[in-house]
Amino acid sequence: MDERNTQAGDPETYRVGRLLAPRNLPAVAGIGILLAGVATGFAYVGGWLSPSRLTPAHIVNQFERTNGLHPGFRRNHPKGVCFSGWFESDGTGRELSRAKVFAPGRTPIFGRFAIANGQPALPDMPAVVHSMAVNFTQADGQIWRTGMNGIPVFPVPNVQDFADQLAAAMPDPKTGKPDPARMKAFLASHPASARAIGIIKATPLASAFANTSYNSLDAFVFLNADGRSTPVRWSMMAEDPFQAAPTPPPPGSKPAKAPPGDPNAQFTALLDRIHRGPIRWRLVATIGQPGDPTNDPSIAWPAGRRQVQLGVLSVNRLEDEADGACRDVTFDPLILPDGIRPSDDPILSARSAAYAQSFRRRAGEPAPVSAVRFPSSAGSVR
Amino acid sequence: MDRSPPFSAFARLLHWIMAAMIVAMLFIGIGMVSSDTHYGALVAIHRPLGILILALAAIRLTYRLFNPAPPLPAAMPVPVKAVAHLSHYLLYALMFAVPIVGWSMLSAGGYPIVLIDAWHLPPIVPHDLALYATLRQAHTILAILLFLTVLAHLGAALMHAFVFRDGVFGSMATLRSGRRRRSDPA
Repeated sequence: MDERNTQAGDPETYRVGRLLAPRNLPAVAGIGILLAGVATGFAYVGGWLSPSRLTPAHIVNQFERTNGLHPGFRRNHPKGVCFSGWFESDGTGRELSRAKVFAPGRTPIFGRFAIANGQPALPDMPAVVHSMAVNFTQADGQIWRTGMNGIPVFPVPNVQDFADQLAAAMPDPKTGKPDPARMKAFLASHPASARAIGIIKATPLASAFANTSYNSLDAFVFLNADGRSTPVRWSMMAEDPFQAAPTPPPPGSKPAKAPPGDPNAQFTALLDRIHRGPIRWRLVATIGQPGDPTNDPSIAWPAGRRQVQLGVLSVNRLEDEADGACRDVTFDPLILPDGIRPSDDPILSARSAAYAQSFRRRAGEPAPVSAVRFPSSAGSVR
Repeated sequence: MDRSPPFSAFARLLHWIMAAMIVAMLFIGIGMVSSDTHYGALVAIHRPLGILILALAAIRLTYRLFNPAPPLPAAMPVPVKAVAHLSHYLLYALMFAVPIVGWSMLSAGGYPIVLIDAWHLPPIVPHDLALYATLRQAHTILAILLFLTVLAHLGAALMHAFVFRDGVFGSMATLRSGRRRRSDPA
């Protein structure tokens, strides 16, 4: 049979036996190799061929190893409560960002206060790092979410150091506590983190959620209506006067223990505070100058940078996680409205990826029972 | 010698644009979920590209309903034709299902569905964490199924080109004008 007849549509063309005929073997083998190559490329990009690659799953696995597995809870900052209220802007921020949230007026908000560690049921210490996450829903439906902490800088400059630090904090199987020698070794081999952690330790912690000022730590880029971009870091500056928490004992000494009594003392204090009236924070943008690092949240920007007040956050109501709006969302730092963009900070992408991974895992688990429960509508001031 | 009439120029244009987009999308998708450093940037491409693919799939399906594909060679055995037709139904179904499940999944997770700048889409299912978990899993499984279907499609196309040499490959991979439709002279 000649080529012409084959092309004319001979049923023989499609016989399996013919595919394996010697003259077709090079083509069939070549196609097989090509398909295998594409599949291998797909597997490589997916990380299946490089098990040691640092992926979001690795980071979240490390959280689970260090903190233990607590199904249904966030893999970090699991102990918290929800709040709601509004953000009121006078329009000053429009100079920097075209985001609607900075136009004059009120934007409804909800958010979450949490203790910045990985244990959902750890009794509250007198000295803890407090964290605040906020969701702003603009009138046009765009959403801004931000997670902030009551520390001055991020403890690590990059994702690898983050994973290393988490691994160093892993509890020793014998004692159930982190091994101070491992943390010491981590600090010795990670000078940038050692410097950042030194700054964090030298900065007094606030005594309560209500008098803590919270920092974005990561840099972002504001984009205004004229298309001008400005590097910023933002902070929620507490209106309640700062009160220092008792100084925690130095590391290596006797491990700190929660005082006997209320295991949720931080949250009880917050509830007591809101019964006296709304709690307010001034949202302030610090403007980065050329040369201020936007790609390293472990380095503080020099003091004296220009600050612009963007508005006032008013927290009017507290609810536990079972009743509030905060439990079933993730405060991914890359959920941004038009007018706010990510910077070149690599931690932003890594946080976004890890939050997504944590969210995905807990979503598939039974709803958690928070250690902090409020009597129904206990936290309302209005 | 080219036996099959080609697809129209519009059908071929859509096919090749979407082929490039879908292959890029599959690699972006599998790459972003395994990357810490590039996750943010890749997600920002993944969302609008997925919606664009969904829109093009709708245009393509509509066009296809009014402009049927050229017939497969008469000599192709019935079971082989059936497999070819089924694989195309599957491709079309997945071109819709993967982006729609992605959009639904973000809705169920309480995420905003941001395309670019101020452009965003409304949620299409209620905010529900258990539903999110299911849809998130389904998105991955359907995307891998789409990858395997695309791979099979590529393999079959190359078999038509280099083994069967029956003109089927040329009906999509030609620069010939689509208006010059020729009926099968056989």
